[in-house]
Amino acid sequence: MKLLTGNDLVTGDVTWWTGNGWSRHVEDAADVGDLGEAIAKAEEGARRVNVPYVIDAVATPEGPRPAHIKDRIRALGPTVRPDLTLKPADPDAGSWVI
Amino acid sequence: MYQYDQYDQSMVDARVEEFRDQVKRRLAGQMTEDRFKPLRLMNGLYLQLHAYMLRVAVPYGTLSSRQMRMLGHVARKYDRGYGHFTTRQNLQFNWIKLEDAPDILAELATVEMHAIQTSGNCIRNISSDQFAGAAADEVTDPRPWAELLRQWSTFHPEFTYLPRKFKIAVIAAAEDRAAMRLHDIGIELLKKDGVLGAKIFVGGGMGRTPMISHEIRDFVTADELLSYLEACLRVYNRYGRRDNIYKARIKILLHELGPDEYRRQVEEEFAQVKTLGIDPPVAELERISAFFAPPAFESGLSEDLDRSDPDFAVWLDQNVKPHKQAGYAIVNISLKPVGGIPGDASADQIDVMADLGERYSFDELRVTHAQNIVLPHVRKADLYAVWQALTEAGLAEANLDLISDIIACPGLDYCSLANARSIPLAQKIAERFRDLDRQRDLGELKLKISGCINACGHHHAGHIGILGVDKKGKENYQLSLGGSGAEDVSLAKITGPGFDEDGVVDAIERVTDRFVQVREPGERFLDTYRRVGFETFKEAIYG
Repeated sequence: MKLLTGNDLVTGDVTWWTGNGWSRHVEDAADVGDLGEAIAKAEEGARRVNVPYVIDAVATPEGPRPAHIKDRIRALGPTVRPDLTLKPADPDAGSWVI
Repeated sequence: MYQYDQYDQSMVDARVEEFRDQVKRRLAGQMTEDRFKPLRLMNGLYLQLHAYMLRVAVPYGTLSSRQMRMLGHVARKYDRGYGHFTTRQNLQFNWIKLEDAPDILAELATVEMHAIQTSGNCIRNISSDQFAGAAADEVTDPRPWAELLRQWSTFHPEFTYLPRKFKIAVIAAAEDRAAMRLHDIGIELLKKDGVLGAKIFVGGGMGRTPMISHEIRDFVTADELLSYLEACLRVYNRYGRRDNIYKARIKILLHELGPDEYRRQVEEEFAQVKTLGIDPPVAELERISAFFAPPAFESGLSEDLDRSDPDFAVWLDQNVKPHKQAGYAIVNISLKPVGGIPGDASADQIDVMADLGERYSFDELRVTHAQNIVLPHVRKADLYAVWQALTEAGLAEANLDLISDIIACPGLDYCSLANARSIPLAQKIAERFRDLDRQRDLGELKLKISGCINACGHHHAGHIGILGVDKKGKENYQLSLGGSGAEDVSLAKITGPGFDEDGVVDAIERVTDRFVQVREPGERFLDTYRRVGFETFKEAIYG
């Protein structure tokens, strides 16, 4: 599957295209198929996202899992600061990255 | 310390307002990211993996307590309660909002700080010896010269769009504590027949093509230093490659021209430049130097220290260095606790260090390229109180220059350029060698980790260097041995096939075990490596 991701223009937060908007949580990300570039262009033009790009991901029962470790770290947060990730209460969250 | 005059302050204030307007236009959609990106980078604002990152300049690594406290304030108010001290003696905030950036820069400007030229193809923050003004072995204090270079290079109209970024280090001691030979230009201040001048090295650097600089001039008098540097930069600006980012640094120009031809061209340019009146008048040099006059040291202080507390005694031996003034010492604050993140300090810890600087070190602190902090002028009689305060704040790790005093770039946990994580590996290595007695038995051992080929973690200069690479989507670590960023400069040599994270920790332990087997009394790891050779250690690693 293909996901569209970028950073929020104002906050810099990592965001994921959900099909009708943006979410900070990769679990909400939608498969954009071949439409990623077109959505990216429209959304960037509307200043709802900054520097969007399309990535490969794998569908899993827990939700989409980006294919590359860099995007998995983007999705979670720094593995060395679990308290600053999106799953601060899950001490094992970092294992999802590796 | 240098204090801004009205020109310094008005330039920085004007830059803040200019950037405020640029951010406003970006947020209003009047500017695309393509147009905005070079503008934000000129103000030190990057877009990293998780957020915007702001790199704040700490000129030649020198900070007042007031400035340090401001960094803590920014960390607390605008970031997530911490900052990261870098190998360029700067500080990075990892979680900045674009809309806050102008306010942050405005607050920094109130304490004479900024983020100008911490990115872009310009002359970056001038780096220097963290012991400047305190070291017993210095010929002169390098900071007035570093400050002169800061003023010369800031907004220099010819050198704002160089072929590539440009890094300068200035030292004034035989011991090189600033990795001077691995800079685009390295300046070693020295005296010849009683006259102050400098030896000039050009073309060093790390990155994907590591090179040790060439000596281009054995002596230029101090009163012509700026003209000579101007000539060095002009030749580079004219002939440095702009068609290939990977061949754009001055080290490649030196390599292609050869040092003799580069030197010839610089001398030709120098003959012309020195007629232009670039070098400052004596009165201006004296004005700058006056800011760096030695503090009011007390005389007749006792040299005695009560070493009855064993933990304090270990810290004294490891982290405290001799001062040129009797009765004083240089305190190194390690930002490398076992299990911690190299170079990170919480806002509370930053405040503690600021307070200690104010109370015990004439209001001065330094950032080191090894990502530690220095209190340069502490009375020996105050060392125990300082150590107690540091201990309470989790800042008294007694590991300076030991294997757990690891330089590590932010790596893939934060950096959009990285291929592999650096910090978790640093933590695993520190954990493996947690036993301080074992670390001290191994002695000076400088381990440096970079998460990509750009080498922000100085792995080429590590006694043991580690480079993180991407191997088919997996993190992999290449081990190298024998580097040094000090006066005995050398580039580390890759040992062979890489390892996964656990594998490289095991490999390092095989290296240290072999070192213990073959060392001779008094040898550092690097000494033994150079004596017995690469193959001995390679055999230990791979069998």
